[in-house]
Amino acid sequence: MSLKIHQDHSRFKQIVRGKIKANLRRYVQKGEMLGKRGKDTISIPIPFIDIPHFKYGHKEQGGVGQGEGDVGQQLSPGSVQPGDGHKAGQGEGDHALEVDVSLEELASILGEELQLPNIERRGKEQVVAQKIKYTGVNTTGPESLRHFKRTFKQALRRQIALGTYDPARPVIIPTREDRRYRSYRMQNLPETNAVIVYMMDVSGSMGDEQKEIVRIESFWLDTWLRHQYKGLECRYIIHDAVAREVDRETFFHTRESGGTMISSAYKLCRDIIRADYPPGSWNIYPFHFSDGDNWSADDTRHCIEMLRGDILPAVNQFAYGQVESPYGSGQFIKDLRETVGDAENVALSEIADKDAIYQSIRDFLGKGR
Amino acid sequence: MPKSLTPRLAQLKDEIEGYARAFGLDFFETVFELLGYDELNMVASYGGFPNRYPHWRWGMEYEQLSKGYEYGLSKIYELVINNDPCYAYLLESNAEVDQKLVMAHVYGHCDFFKNNFYFQHTNRRMMDEMANHATRVRRWVDKVGIEKVEDFIDRALSLENLIDYHSPYIRRSPDPKRAEHEEKSNERVEGFRVDREYMRGYVNPLEFLESQRKKVEDEKAKKKHFPERAQRDVLLFLLEHAPLEAWEFDVLAILREEAYYFAPQGQTKIMNEGWASYWHSTIMTRKALTADEIIDYADHHSGTLGTRPGALNPYKLGIELYRDIEERWNKGRFGKEWDECDDLKARRAWDKNLGLGREKIFEVRKHYNDVTFIDTFLTPEFAMEQKLFVYGFNEKRNSWEILDREFRKVKNKLLSQLTNFGQPIIEVVDGNFENRGELLLAHKHDGQDLKPDYARETLRNLQTIWRRPCNLVTKVEGKGVCLRFDGQNQTEKKVEL
Repeated sequence: MSLKIHQDHSRFKQIVRGKIKANLRRYVQKGEMLGKRGKDTISIPIPFIDIPHFKYGHKEQGGVGQGEGDVGQQLSPGSVQPGDGHKAGQGEGDHALEVDVSLEELASILGEELQLPNIERRGKEQVVAQKIKYTGVNTTGPESLRHFKRTFKQALRRQIALGTYDPARPVIIPTREDRRYRSYRMQNLPETNAVIVYMMDVSGSMGDEQKEIVRIESFWLDTWLRHQYKGLECRYIIHDAVAREVDRETFFHTRESGGTMISSAYKLCRDIIRADYPPGSWNIYPFHFSDGDNWSADDTRHCIEMLRGDILPAVNQFAYGQVESPYGSGQFIKDLRETVGDAENVALSEIADKDAIYQSIRDFLGKGR
Repeated sequence: MPKSLTPRLAQLKDEIEGYARAFGLDFFETVFELLGYDELNMVASYGGFPNRYPHWRWGMEYEQLSKGYEYGLSKIYELVINNDPCYAYLLESNAEVDQKLVMAHVYGHCDFFKNNFYFQHTNRRMMDEMANHATRVRRWVDKVGIEKVEDFIDRALSLENLIDYHSPYIRRSPDPKRAEHEEKSNERVEGFRVDREYMRGYVNPLEFLESQRKKVEDEKAKKKHFPERAQRDVLLFLLEHAPLEAWEFDVLAILREEAYYFAPQGQTKIMNEGWASYWHSTIMTRKALTADEIIDYADHHSGTLGTRPGALNPYKLGIELYRDIEERWNKGRFGKEWDECDDLKARRAWDKNLGLGREKIFEVRKHYNDVTFIDTFLTPEFAMEQKLFVYGFNEKRNSWEILDREFRKVKNKLLSQLTNFGQPIIEVVDGNFENRGELLLAHKHDGQDLKPDYARETLRNLQTIWRRPCNLVTKVEGKGVCLRFDGQNQTEKKVEL
């Protein structure tokens, strides 16, 4: 049954969506919601959806409580309910309202707001999964698929037509001809597999701020690509002078010191692709973040060779984001721009600070590859 | 769809109602209906009424309630509406013992609605009235469009707390000063009575007449000042003087009426919930409980009355205070003799066997609201027994902490929280500020600053209704400030108070 409230509820959701859209730039920059990620949804704090009143700030107000404890004792956080006395416990107060939004929804908002093109998939002919779909009713079929309701309906119809149906004694006996079976069809579903290979420079020059930028950015890239592909896998590589594959947690929290040899990461990336993701059936997205200070020109040359020879032909798009560190921005992005910048499936972006994330997402995803 | 009670529940209802009447509760006829959880959440989102005007805020409320229910964090057992007959909605899936508890609780509320002084002026046909409001708003939506109406409702709701909570109880005669003025303004200025015509020039010299005339003019000018005295019912002032279109006027009037309807429930939250809890507890434990229900009852009862350090539970405070009053009047612990007795031992053993307790609490539920209730009956002993304290925010440690347990401070804090619902008092001072048709509001500062971002947003909303620039005089950190929004810009300037 549909309740009257659903109208108001969907209107509310519409407003929330509008607010998210209007404030998207802020959300993208702050990344304050990344910690609040559920399986398919994310909690987003929405400012000013509350109707403003002339009222006191809760912090200034304080209140009266009840229970044990000496003067000066701290109250456990969360135990203090902001409220207007008459509405205690309804969660009205200083907190911005938090709304759960599905990642799907968020991705489509992102797409609309950044005007991202849908991705042109590769290899959809090859990758196929089969799915059974029940499409109708047939007069023949295996007994296990017999449709009881339709069978008895048919029998009833026949008996009424023949005049053998007695309402006082409603016995219906289906015969062979009455039997009905569900029929099905095999459907070929194009399954689109995609993998993101994240690479990050964790050498001494990459600080927490830089990693935060990478984390925020990777969240949005994830969200968008997940929206485009059903089965999305992620692989994580960190490197300084040597590269190794790690899990997500380690990826964002490791801090190493030492030099930077980008080629080590590209080599590992190439090996991973070779081993696990045949380019014919996978959509592959390597993303590399670094501050651009490579060890030597030799190494850079080596990187470019690898990109040209192995990585670029295999992937949908290779993306390189150069995050500005306290030591400045390195040379690497210039080298890439000069050598492979013209290639169709290369996206390069310089990310000076958090404000630049928004633009950089557009750089990375704007090509629709 | 709401269902009426099952035969078993109807039987329980009759039983509980019988107990309630036997205890002397006096209520309107009460209609119980059963609702599924989603329907109950819906009605709760609508503030208890199944039929409200369309607005997204109900949807927001619904989202929160549904989520709370789905995650098992909160559950609404019942809803009661102040109406004649009283409507009460029960959650269909409640266990039988819960339904009994809830019915007893509901009869407490119904008795309170019917008898408490502050509810005397509420519309007892609000069920119909709300439905009419919904229809009226929908009609306007059809006429002028949902966007416009919704926008206007958003703005008006932002001002909904700017009503005068006492005005329904005050019969205002026309301003006596005004009557005087009117008389005077009809007078012609003739000066003192002169018996002998040749004396006129001496008794009433020209300069004197001139100054008298000027005085009268001034008085007249003063009369033009409006409102004549500061007005707390800002919504009424807007209705009477703002340049509203017909539909805006109607919508604003609806919102104002609803705000006044809900006001007494806010004014008596502690008393009302305390009273209902007192009666469900009394009826259940004295009469209605069967042996196998006791554990479940105790579990739910204690759940309702549970306290947390940072939030005052109105159910708990209310019921304890009623019980304390009952005990004091039973034992005669009141009056001059009691107040003057300093002997702790004697006080502890004080019992005059008056047995006036029950009578007294019935009287209290009739005449008091939360503020007067706390003010009159909160005693130092009670505050200590209930372990009340004042808490506040420690900026240095960035946490909430217990500030004080001293009785005076606890009581004052509690009273200031309850006065005007703990909301700032704001009045219209001038509707023709600086003779430019601007609106001037004043915040009666009582030591607490307004939340600045909210204040600015609210002022903005006010301006769209008043259409001319709006000003609010308040204090920020001890200094007088005038906030102003002229339709384009927000400005702030210092003022002397």
